[in-house]
Amino acid sequence: MFGVYVHVPFCAHRCDYCDFATWTDRAHLIDEYVDACVEDLQRRVANGQPDAASVFFGGGTPSLLEADKLVRILDAIPRTAGAEVTVECNPDSVDAAKFAAYRRGGVTRLSFGVQSMRPHVLAALGRTHDPANVQRAVALARDAGFAHVSIDLIYGTPGETMDDWRATLDSAIALGVDHISAYALTVEPATPLGLAVAAGERPAPDDDDQADKYAFADDTLSAAGFEWYEVSNWALPGHECRHNRCYWDGSEYVGIGAAAHGFTGGRRWWNTRTPERYIARIADGPDAVTGDEVLAPAARVEEAFGLALRTRSGATVGRAAAPVIGQLASAGLLTVEEDRIVLTRPGRLLASDLTARLLLAGAPG
Amino acid sequence: MTALDHIRCLSIIAHIDHGKSTLADRLLELTGAVSARDMRAQYLDSMDLERERGITIKAQNVRLEYKGFVINLIDTPGHVDFGYEVSRSLAACEGVILLVDASQGIEAQTLANCYQAMEHDLTIVAALNKIDLPAAEPERRAAEIERVLGIPAEELLHISAKTGEGVAELLDAVIERIPAPKGDVDAPTQALIFDSYYDPYRGVVSAVRVFNGALRSGAKLRYVQARQDHDAEEIGVRLPVPTPVATLGPGEVGYLVAGIKEVGQAKVGETVTDANRPASALEGYRDPKPMVFCGLYPVEGDDYADLRDALEKLRLNDSSVTYDPETSGALGFGFRCGFLGLLHMEIVRERLEREYDLALVATAPNVEYRVVRLDGSVEVIDNPSSMPPLNEVTAIEEPYVTVILLTPTDYVGTLMELSQQRRGVLDKMEYLSEDRVELVYLLPLGEIVTDFFDQMKSRTRGYASLDYEPAGYRASDLVKVDVLLNNTPVDAFSAIVHRDKAYDYGRKMTQKLRELIPRQLFDVPIQAAVGGRIVARETVKAKRKDVLAKCYGGDITRKRKLLERQKEGKRRMKQIGSVEVPQEAFVAALRLDE
Ligand SMILES: Nc1nc2c(ncn2[C@@H]2O[C@H](COP(=O)(O)OP(=O)(O)OP(=O)(O)O)[C@@H](O)[C@H]2O)c(=O)[nH]1
Ligand SMILES: C[S@@+](CC[C@H](N)C(=O)[O-])C[C@H]1O[C@@H](n2cnc3c(N)ncnc32)[C@H](O)[C@@H]1O
Ligand code: SF4
Ligand SMILES: [Mg+2]
Repeated sequence: MFGVYVHVPFCAHRCDYCDFATWTDRAHLIDEYVDACVEDLQRRVANGQPDAASVFFGGGTPSLLEADKLVRILDAIPRTAGAEVTVECNPDSVDAAKFAAYRRGGVTRLSFGVQSMRPHVLAALGRTHDPANVQRAVALARDAGFAHVSIDLIYGTPGETMDDWRATLDSAIALGVDHISAYALTVEPATPLGLAVAAGERPAPDDDDQADKYAFADDTLSAAGFEWYEVSNWALPGHECRHNRCYWDGSEYVGIGAAAHGFTGGRRWWNTRTPERYIARIADGPDAVTGDEVLAPAARVEEAFGLALRTRSGATVGRAAAPVIGQLASAGLLTVEEDRIVLTRPGRLLASDLTARLLLAGAPG
Repeated sequence: MTALDHIRCLSIIAHIDHGKSTLADRLLELTGAVSARDMRAQYLDSMDLERERGITIKAQNVRLEYKGFVINLIDTPGHVDFGYEVSRSLAACEGVILLVDASQGIEAQTLANCYQAMEHDLTIVAALNKIDLPAAEPERRAAEIERVLGIPAEELLHISAKTGEGVAELLDAVIERIPAPKGDVDAPTQALIFDSYYDPYRGVVSAVRVFNGALRSGAKLRYVQARQDHDAEEIGVRLPVPTPVATLGPGEVGYLVAGIKEVGQAKVGETVTDANRPASALEGYRDPKPMVFCGLYPVEGDDYADLRDALEKLRLNDSSVTYDPETSGALGFGFRCGFLGLLHMEIVRERLEREYDLALVATAPNVEYRVVRLDGSVEVIDNPSSMPPLNEVTAIEEPYVTVILLTPTDYVGTLMELSQQRRGVLDKMEYLSEDRVELVYLLPLGEIVTDFFDQMKSRTRGYASLDYEPAGYRASDLVKVDVLLNNTPVDAFSAIVHRDKAYDYGRKMTQKLRELIPRQLFDVPIQAAVGGRIVARETVKAKRKDVLAKCYGGDITRKRKLLERQKEGKRRMKQIGSVEVPQEAFVAALRLDE
């Protein structure tokens, strides 16, 4: 499966926790930026880029683009029949006309950054929308005929109680979406949140609280018919996000736009980070790649193992780590299914530790 | 070869930080040995660790030429742990420059090092340094020096090693006052090795002072104590750049490379003579006696052989380190090492890690105990884990030291309080001047090697200094405190302490470990026990979350780098049973009062 990721590095407002490559003061660059993305794609297609089975517009806030601009980029991407095309949306920057144009243009799936349904939690995250906007946005999406709608949630924000989290999950389920991503709030150093935590002005999230909330989410979502298929992702059966899968299963993808990453021909590469430089690099040709790495076979095996272990399919293992695997299985952290191991819920919460431990024990098979 | 009457051999000695290395800089400049372009502060402090810490660790010698004289200069360290470096430097000299910081006055190592020079019958040229400082009180300090050391105020030079003021006059005084070396070029050769280090390309490089006869390049040399002959591959002088010469005659100081690869064949204190016309050995050195011991273990068991090689090489460089293989239930195979003091221990450990690329775990430092068994036999124990059960011993004796504390009068009270807490007995108190007091205490060495020095410095805002020397063994009411991780005793954290302090030690150690040991996949109980009875208990709760939860789109590279870091982190943990203990825990656990 081949995928295309398009990065849209513009937001109306910077959320306190976010360290993604995105800017709130560069809307004037949008037209040139869209042109550059189209140019980048055309060159790649001319060089034999295969048809994409999945396209993902991520951000930043892709929904900030006027629909025709986003569709211009999408038109430049040759796709397979039935390709998945996702657009990340901010509930504040959508309307019926935009969704209708997305549909006509070939978008099949929308993903909303919701984070929380509790106003005080949204305020603590520095988000601008209110829960009512979310209901409205999801309703508009459904009215426009989108069968696949996902939402992103963040749990474990200091100040969020278990009741707040329950309310958020209940409302999220009540929205009738088919896919939910739930991320533990991560404090990134170079963000307003990170600085405030470092200065002792705001509390850091608590690991135990986040672990409790993860367990609660897994229970609640399972009861509502969702199944986990990656540490932070749940979907109704058959509604998993294809694009996500392609990152985890080692498929190839190209990255279009500032700071986008690609993986082709065994090489991981990434574009220059700012929109200005991206535009300038594309104008100079041939591409905007600023760094890359070709992994040694051993590193590739380890990377693939680490990614696979985060998924419901699990990772294949050899004999070498049998004792360690046995210990972790009897501690209830993973289950062994023939030559694969799959993390249990407590195990998923410890995925980083377990991956390192298993790699040091020579687990990949 | 230089005529004897045109040679001077001297060391610069002082308390730590009184400006020895800075004075050496000025002398290198004044004599044109180092050009202004190549100059850098504390030029002779060449080890990374010296430059980082701003202190001299190893004595360094250099040959200067000035007004037709050859001046062999040795810059020595001032820290109490490195007194041995001073004493062996002195054996290569006829005189010393004694520096005293004009703002601080006499401090503990001023006295200790000055007394050493007097014992060697060396000529002392004393100078007040840092007279450029606004806080300098040259008259008052001069009076103090006259009263305490008996050096007349009018003989004192006043200098600033920083600005260079008075340095030329000091050098003239050195030439005038310090006697020329004596020696007979026609007598059988006698040269003293006063320093040796291992160079991976050249083998052993030794610093030598010739007393009689001459060292000639290419000659067959005999190493008297080692009873070995070697060819002099290269002899030379440090200008300070190593520069080969054909001959080194009496009174001359230089270096010698003789193709020696094996550790222990070119020891400090060795006499080198001519194999065809051998002479007897010069008076060597007493091997310095280690005062503090700890276990050193590789984090990864596979590195054991590398650690042994590294210790072997390091010991040639620093013969004051001792090491013996030992096995620890928790830590595996390692070495019990002896050091001159805590700073020395810290530095050796850091050098081993850096220069030999090893990751090490050090156990809590301890002293040597004498255990008297029921049958009257006496056993010396340098490792708490070899302490027999109390019901098998009639007495445990611990080493005591005579501690000299020099302090401004304002801090006498707090220092007496500290010394009493550490089971000290006041022996003497004397006013050196109206504002400076000398306190002499008899203290258990074991109380000094924990954090006495840090406490003394913080209680006196850095104004007090100390020196100590061994004062024999005495019986004390000592017990062993065991520390258990996940119900397994970990010798690295156990200690022998006075019975009255056992509970306190156990409580502090378990609390500290609870802070330092990261949460694991399961609960980890931490206990302290005395004779099987638990006296303190803490628990590190199992960790429940350690996962990257955020979405990074296609940026797999970042995920993988985090994973690499996590793996590296795990690799640097010491596995004790099923518990992962970070190296820092071993170091920080030594500082219980912070
Ligand atoms: N103001 C002033 N500072 C000085 C003078 N001489 C040395 N210093 C400073 O004192 C500090 C210690 O100087 P060093 O030359 O390293 O002292 P040292 O005696 O060699 O110290 P150790 O080798 O560690 O015993 C440094 O910061 C020097 O810059 C001086 O004459 N005047
Ligand atoms: C790149 S954002 C794009 C979504 C869109 N820009 C929005 O926020 O509405 C994708 C998701 O990552 C999650 N995320 C971003 N930063 C995070 C952080 N520091 N901790 C946890 N989750 C985070 C949020 O749930 C966010 O919706
Ligand atoms: S979380 Fe989304 S909306 Fe907020 S700044 Fe980041 S990319 Fe923009
Ligand atoms: Mg120095």
